[in-house]
Amino acid sequence: MLAFTLRRILVAFAVAFTVAVASFLLLHLSGDLATSIAGPDASGPQIEQIRRDYGLDQPLLTQFLAWGWKALHLDFGNSFYFRERVIDLLAARLPITLYLGVIALAVALLVAIPLGVLAAVRRDTWIDRLALSVSVLGQAMPSFWFGLTLILVFSVNLRWLPVSGNATWKHFVLPAVALGYYAMPAVMRLTRNGMLEVLSSDFVRTARAKGLPPRKILIRHALRNAVIPVIALAAVQFGFMLGGSIVIEAVFSLQGLGQLAWESIARNDFPVVQAIVLVLAMIYIALTLAADLLNAFLDPRLRQ
Amino acid sequence: MPPRTLVAALLASLLAGPALAGKANDTLVYASDSEPENVSPYHNSAREGVILARNCWDTLVYRNTKTGAYEPMLATSWKWVDDTTLDLVIREGVTFHNGDALGPEDVAFTFNYVLTPEARTVTRQNVDWMKSTEVTGPHSVRIHLKQPFPAALEYLAGPTPIFPAAYFKKVGLDGFAKAPVGSGPYKIVSVDSGRGVKMERFAQYWAGSPLGTPKIGKLEFRVIPDGESRMAELMTGGVDWIWRVPSDQADQLRAAPNITILNSETMRVGFLQFDTLGRAKENSPLKDVRVRQAISYAIDRKAMVDNLVRGSSRVMNALCFIDQFGCVDQGVMRYPYDPAKAKALLKDAGYPNGFEIDLGAYRERDYAEAVIGYLGAVGIKARLNYLRYAAFRDTLRSGKVSIGYQTWGSFSVNDVSAFAGVYFRGGEEDLTKDPEVIADLQAGDSSTDPAKRKEAYGKALGRIASQAYALPMFSYSTNYAFTSDLTFTAQPDEVPRFYAASWK
Repeated sequence: MLAFTLRRILVAFAVAFTVAVASFLLLHLSGDLATSIAGPDASGPQIEQIRRDYGLDQPLLTQFLAWGWKALHLDFGNSFYFRERVIDLLAARLPITLYLGVIALAVALLVAIPLGVLAAVRRDTWIDRLALSVSVLGQAMPSFWFGLTLILVFSVNLRWLPVSGNATWKHFVLPAVALGYYAMPAVMRLTRNGMLEVLSSDFVRTARAKGLPPRKILIRHALRNAVIPVIALAAVQFGFMLGGSIVIEAVFSLQGLGQLAWESIARNDFPVVQAIVLVLAMIYIALTLAADLLNAFLDPRLRQ
Repeated sequence: MPPRTLVAALLASLLAGPALAGKANDTLVYASDSEPENVSPYHNSAREGVILARNCWDTLVYRNTKTGAYEPMLATSWKWVDDTTLDLVIREGVTFHNGDALGPEDVAFTFNYVLTPEARTVTRQNVDWMKSTEVTGPHSVRIHLKQPFPAALEYLAGPTPIFPAAYFKKVGLDGFAKAPVGSGPYKIVSVDSGRGVKMERFAQYWAGSPLGTPKIGKLEFRVIPDGESRMAELMTGGVDWIWRVPSDQADQLRAAPNITILNSETMRVGFLQFDTLGRAKENSPLKDVRVRQAISYAIDRKAMVDNLVRGSSRVMNALCFIDQFGCVDQGVMRYPYDPAKAKALLKDAGYPNGFEIDLGAYRERDYAEAVIGYLGAVGIKARLNYLRYAAFRDTLRSGKVSIGYQTWGSFSVNDVSAFAGVYFRGGEEDLTKDPEVIADLQAGDSSTDPAKRKEAYGKALGRIASQAYALPMFSYSTNYAFTSDLTFTAQPDEVPRFYAASWK
């Protein structure tokens, strides 16, 4: 287990380093940084002054090390657009995205796992086909359209829930459903396949032969084994949700990280884009690592 | 607290919605798609910033929206000493939102500060006619102009609000952007980037202001990027007022109960600005006047107005809003829709099969796409590069845009200097830098004789059209949609005056 853990952590660090290099280069490929910081009204000497002040005349490697050192201390510089520190912007926006992601993941798991189990147990019946079509629909519908449909039905027509903003928990219901729906198909299908595989395995046959009640077999023996890969998938899906909430956040006007990323790209606000890429990638890497370790802990066969 | 009460209180707090919009809460919530990069009126050129400026800051002069006459506001009177010297008497008894008294030092500080390079003023064209301002007495200031500028009062009545000197010096621009202070009918309570701005009626607002006393207690500006979400918020009462509603959506909203739709023409004019010097692209076809004319003939602006824009919009021929002083339309070359002629001109210029080009835009995406469609019909393949305004403006200023789909609302200044001057008087957004046009515009801006001004502007606008440096499209009209509880009137200068709005 120790060797496996070390190996995984090493891989995670390698990926993190690659992402850091890529996101550092992102800022430098965006054009002349000194001109951007100086603003459109700056004169030539002013731009040169800024180039020196910010160390932009140094070799790229020196700049990378300086930048990396600062990034480790969560110092990403200032936004070109807002006169604010990037880290302050991130600190204000990240909790909203995390909150949305957690609820959306909960929604997805609470619906998709039972649905997957049901589809496996009632294999090749209309229930199985219904579950399948729900999941296909989830992958086929554009998220903005689904979000707007939810608004139309639950906000405009039924008046149950607010349209946009993030003032109360009610504001998170529709976006979480819209976002969670996209994670459902994968989770459901994986649960279904896992269940089918486990249900046809020897130990389940033995359990049946022992005369255990079907419910007990299903929950205690089958689901527990079938759900292992779902844990890894859920972690990956959570990462996707953090990055993929851009559209949902725009539709529901949630001022999360996704919307900040989207707006910052449109505003050429590269320091913010860079920091978001870096932070989201790190969270993603951490989640994947955690999922790998958890899986290995639950299933000794994976440690090889 | 007994457990049951605690649970009840918790439940109540969960079920209670956010602070609601509307008459019952005396809070007018208005929404738009974007926010100014900096709330300081001299440090953004976004329309949302102009709205904040006009509702929260006072200016020296007031232009009567009905008569067009200039009336006293923070300045009780003024006198031209000569063509380049203006004396003003500053009103006594006006206080800023933080309690400081407003005096001539504040006026002098504001105008001198925004002219310094360190201020990094974004709205330079609104202030660079001034040379300096000095305090000449306990209640008077003198503005020195760089050269004669007859439109000075128009600018003093609009995009030149007065800042509190002592407070600004203390907190600096960054502090001011987060906690701005003015002397207008509403005071800004909080600025929340990405979310919006909250305002409250200023209780000590000076009696006798031409703006009157605001009737609505609280204002809230919310940023909602998505148009459909804005509409849904209005229909459910989360927001009271939205604008720039596309005409097809306005038709739908008309059928909804309790919503009023108001269509009004604005001073905003859309136009295509061409990279005539070929900075964005090597050997740019746009350097050839025939190509620019071909583009001008290729676009059916009348059809766009009738089918896409609708409302009270009008096709423009000169590069300005037709009702602005000096917007001479007569004798300016016309480009009626004529795709055959466009193709012939392209063939003449050596592009029988058209060419590829980039087109930058930042506002109504469907208008830009319509233009791209018309260009495609004559063989010009344009790629859309759609950006937020500040980014679009910066890429255009640095010469990276071949065709810019621009729109300009002139900062609501009713004088042509505020339009053509921004794009063709040699400034940062001048992609042509034609000396002849620059000279004519300068002559128009600095002459004190109205007839001479018109003549000079006519020459400049005529040359811009005949050389097809830019293609004026049409005046914009906007659909305002708001709760029927609200009494709201629109002005063509595109500044919603919430201080004059009231609940029914």
